[in-house]
Amino acid sequence: MAKVLMKGNEAIAEAAILAGCRFFFGYPITPQNQIPEYMSKRMPKVGGCFLQAESEVSAINMVYGASGAGARVMTSSSSPGISLKQEGISYAVGAELPLVVVNMVRGGPGLGSIQPAQSDYFQATRGGGHGDYRLLVFAPANVQEAVDLMGQAFDLADKYRNPVMILGDGMLGQIMEPVNMPEARAEALPAKPWAAGQPGRTERAIINSLYIDPNDCEQHNEKLAAKYKVMEENEVRVENIDVEGADVILVAYGTMARICMRAAKEAREKLGLKVGIVRPITVWPYPYKAVHDAANQDSVKEVVSIEMSCGQMVDDVRIAVAGCKPVSFYGRAGGVVPTVKEILNYLTGIKEGK
Amino acid sequence: MEEMLIIAGFGGQGVQLIGKMLVEAGMEEGKEVSFLPSYGAEMRGGTSNCNVIISDEPVCSPIVNEATCVMALNRPSLDKFEGAVIPGKTLLINSSLVDRKAERTDIEAIYVPANDIANELGNSKVANMVMLGAYIEVAHAVTVDTVMDNLKLMFGERKAHLLPINRQAIERGMECVREHRK
Repeated sequence: MAKVLMKGNEAIAEAAILAGCRFFFGYPITPQNQIPEYMSKRMPKVGGCFLQAESEVSAINMVYGASGAGARVMTSSSSPGISLKQEGISYAVGAELPLVVVNMVRGGPGLGSIQPAQSDYFQATRGGGHGDYRLLVFAPANVQEAVDLMGQAFDLADKYRNPVMILGDGMLGQIMEPVNMPEARAEALPAKPWAAGQPGRTERAIINSLYIDPNDCEQHNEKLAAKYKVMEENEVRVENIDVEGADVILVAYGTMARICMRAAKEAREKLGLKVGIVRPITVWPYPYKAVHDAANQDSVKEVVSIEMSCGQMVDDVRIAVAGCKPVSFYGRAGGVVPTVKEILNYLTGIKEGK
Repeated sequence: MEEMLIIAGFGGQGVQLIGKMLVEAGMEEGKEVSFLPSYGAEMRGGTSNCNVIISDEPVCSPIVNEATCVMALNRPSLDKFEGAVIPGKTLLINSSLVDRKAERTDIEAIYVPANDIANELGNSKVANMVMLGAYIEVAHAVTVDTVMDNLKLMFGERKAHLLPINRQAIERGMECVREHRK
């Protein structure tokens, strides 16, 4: 199929529909409004359901309900709205419900700003709500990757019976890029015999996250932990760019990684500095090994985490590097995006040993 | 070839449309493209801008801080983005609405009376197409034919009668640049 020019938000919405998602519940917030807007137009045409809830809290609980009944379902929001959804996400994890949440991150805390940010990294990668849990979190860097990951997000949510998050930012939502849309999913959605109201089911399906006996609750936690261990073994995704023999390793994800790619190119040309990039595609499970292996090369002087935040992923970079090389951080916050020039200045500082 | 543009003006002047037409045409001509609109408090009468990249190589950063061409459709845009033009590169100024000249001397400043031309042609709405035409002549990153084909698709039959005036607007914009460079 020929490439089409699509806005990130709209492409993600269409990709969800092509992946068989037929239920969307949400509440408007910039910079992700084109997702619900697109869903409101498309869902009725494919026999699906779009519903604008009265709040984010009700939206996520509608998602919980639809998932409990076996539907392929999603919601989307941006930072403040995602905070409101955390309770529901935690309950969905507890009840082992598959669902997909898109977060087009904006500046925080509080209402913050509406410009692109990566300051929800902790929230996304450490569970987010209460309790011992993780989400599988994809951090696409461009519209094509977002589209490709959308279908996988639904499949993996079903496979692990756990919510999956697409962690974007305002830029990814608003940018228009050429994209190859996949074919509509032809095969049937996976059977969900555990779900309520399934045909042929004789007993009641209990969709619940309450384990009043702590021993039962511990057992449930251990089951979840085992699941996360399997995800850590099987679902890590990462891209290495010019990492071999690099002087400096930049670690960056999402659209930030694209800006770093440009900075790395200019650093080679203008500074004669070999800059490699490790780009986590899953930020949970985190590509600790890839970051460590990149850092551990003899050529590498320093590892820098570059983020649209005051420094969050840098914690994971430090865990990965485990002291084998110096780790530093450069970022801008609140919706300000680091420029190529700023990154080059930072790299110049490293080169000159400042 | 790597074209990095900032297109800026009042909301309602068709700034975003110029950007979209360019990336659409670029994509169809086999180039790598990206279009990043400013978003947020934009509204009719407010300021609006977008970053466009048309390149032979895959687009890394979609943000344009240093531009090969800035199109300033109004005075606030000129004040804000004149400094972003890479030395030796081009600044297109809508001289119908901008009441000052470029301050920099290390760039190519071209004055395009886009609104006057549009009014002359009989439809003030095609001012953005005049600017689009000027840019096509500046960089030759896309061709007029591809842009016109896309306009034809966009307009459909109902608005097909608007195609000639849009073509005229584009051509008049191109002429301004040719005149300047003569």
